[in-house]
Amino acid sequence: MKKLLIMAAAVGVFSTTPLISQASPEDDLKAFQGYFLKRFPNVPLAEYANGVYALDEASREQWEAIEEFPPYEIAIEEGEELFNTPFKNGKTYASCFRNGGIGVKGDYPYYDSEKGRVETLESAINECRTKNGEKPLGYKKGKLASISAYMAYTTRGQKIDVKIPFDQRARDAYESGKRFFYARLGQLNLACAHCHVDYAGKRIRADLISPALGHPSHFPVYRSKWGGLGTLHRRFGGCNKQVRALPFKAQSPEYRNLEYFLTYMSNGIPWNGPGTRK
Amino acid sequence: MKRRSFLKGTVASGMLGVAATAGLLTPKMVLAAWPKAAFEAKDLNQGMELIMGSSDTTESNKIKVKAPDIAENGAVVPITISTSLPDVSQMAVFIAKNPVPLCSSYDLGPTTMGFVSCRVKMGKTSDLVAVVKSGGKLYSAKKAVKVTIGGCGG
Amino acid sequence: MAKKSIRVRAKMKGDVVEVKALMTHPMETGMRKDKKTGKKIPAHFINEVVAEHKGNKVIVAHWSAAISKNPYIAFKFTGGAKGDAIMISWKDNKGESASTETKIG
Repeated sequence: MKKLLIMAAAVGVFSTTPLISQASPEDDLKAFQGYFLKRFPNVPLAEYANGVYALDEASREQWEAIEEFPPYEIAIEEGEELFNTPFKNGKTYASCFRNGGIGVKGDYPYYDSEKGRVETLESAINECRTKNGEKPLGYKKGKLASISAYMAYTTRGQKIDVKIPFDQRARDAYESGKRFFYARLGQLNLACAHCHVDYAGKRIRADLISPALGHPSHFPVYRSKWGGLGTLHRRFGGCNKQVRALPFKAQSPEYRNLEYFLTYMSNGIPWNGPGTRK
Repeated sequence: MKRRSFLKGTVASGMLGVAATAGLLTPKMVLAAWPKAAFEAKDLNQGMELIMGSSDTTESNKIKVKAPDIAENGAVVPITISTSLPDVSQMAVFIAKNPVPLCSSYDLGPTTMGFVSCRVKMGKTSDLVAVVKSGGKLYSAKKAVKVTIGGCGG
Repeated sequence: MAKKSIRVRAKMKGDVVEVKALMTHPMETGMRKDKKTGKKIPAHFINEVVAEHKGNKVIVAHWSAAISKNPYIAFKFTGGAKGDAIMISWKDNKGESASTETKIG
């Protein structure tokens, strides 16, 4: 199973045909999670909801100090208020979601067979707005991030459980996200896997690198660096910039597929958003 | 009571306009105006004199400075100062290598414990110095905190 | 200012009241430059925080902009009981202020 990862990571050329093996997503999942569980034998799967703090004592202490009264609480409150404020036409966000929008972050991302693409929570929020005559909000931070934070908060504790339907297009989206994860990018010529698989728990200069396993579980995230909340796609863009690659747009097909792949790889880990990170 | 004039051509800023009384030390429990001069002193001892009345301190192992060895992010460093010293009327936090070392000062009520937590900005690797006024005398403790630039090129 | 710019948790732990407060504020140092205009963003920070219980000032904090954005403070005192009210208020260098009352739980 490890061979799959090594093979995939060794692919230096980004091509359009699936060079990566024909293993099923279930096999990928076992291999991916197996790698981390073997490498960090004292860290149970659920702990990956805490990211790098599952791997490092010193930074965990600082994080716990901040979690005593986390700055994202402000955003959750703001998000709740926004969520409950009706649109100009009188309807609310609750009307667009299952269960009135409470505890439903686990429904995303999913492959929408009608639209022919991956739908994320953030895209669903804006969909709800435009359907009800409101202007869409920015995808990276601000009000939409706060609403996402509130919805993530009501979902806390549920287990990530992304399903890939029996639809070639869904499978293609998954494979596309997987390819992105293992493909080299940018001037620094690094793939997500180089840092977040090979270097998880190790330092790159002074930064302790987080494991890719569980990455989507704690978003949206309040980053000390941002001094505020940001969504998963905001972070994808930032990370791409950090390897000196041109970032894709938030909610672009590339990032949607990447989110699809990453979240599937985190199946079984509890939803733990919103989070705080440096 | 000491009167010092460290105000070298201070600009009349939008800050609380208490320039006139900035050099004066007022009784702590009266809601004093913001101690502007102390928060402008570039020298740690100067800042200490202005905020606590003296820079004469004794190191004490009864003061615990809880702070990370390596700060994850210099913009938000969680710290806790606690002490078992008795009769604590005031505590102050200094970040030695910040442009202005005095970071914050706390006047404690008679039944308030010698304990305070906050989150601070550190510009670079520096000593974090806690000064406690116990029984009218000053005691201090410090902890070195490393602040680094991240590694991701960001 | 933001509606709930102070959030407080006050709990009894034995006979000690433990108070934690999180405030919403940019805590701008005045040293950062606006990326677009190149001009310095003016200093805007909470410079005083007061906690009161039964008319007594439990703690008076004098802050500089070296306190992190969306500042946090925690402190402890004795002489309080469950159900008592604690008032926390702040003032900033621009003269803005906010305050909130919480019951000790």
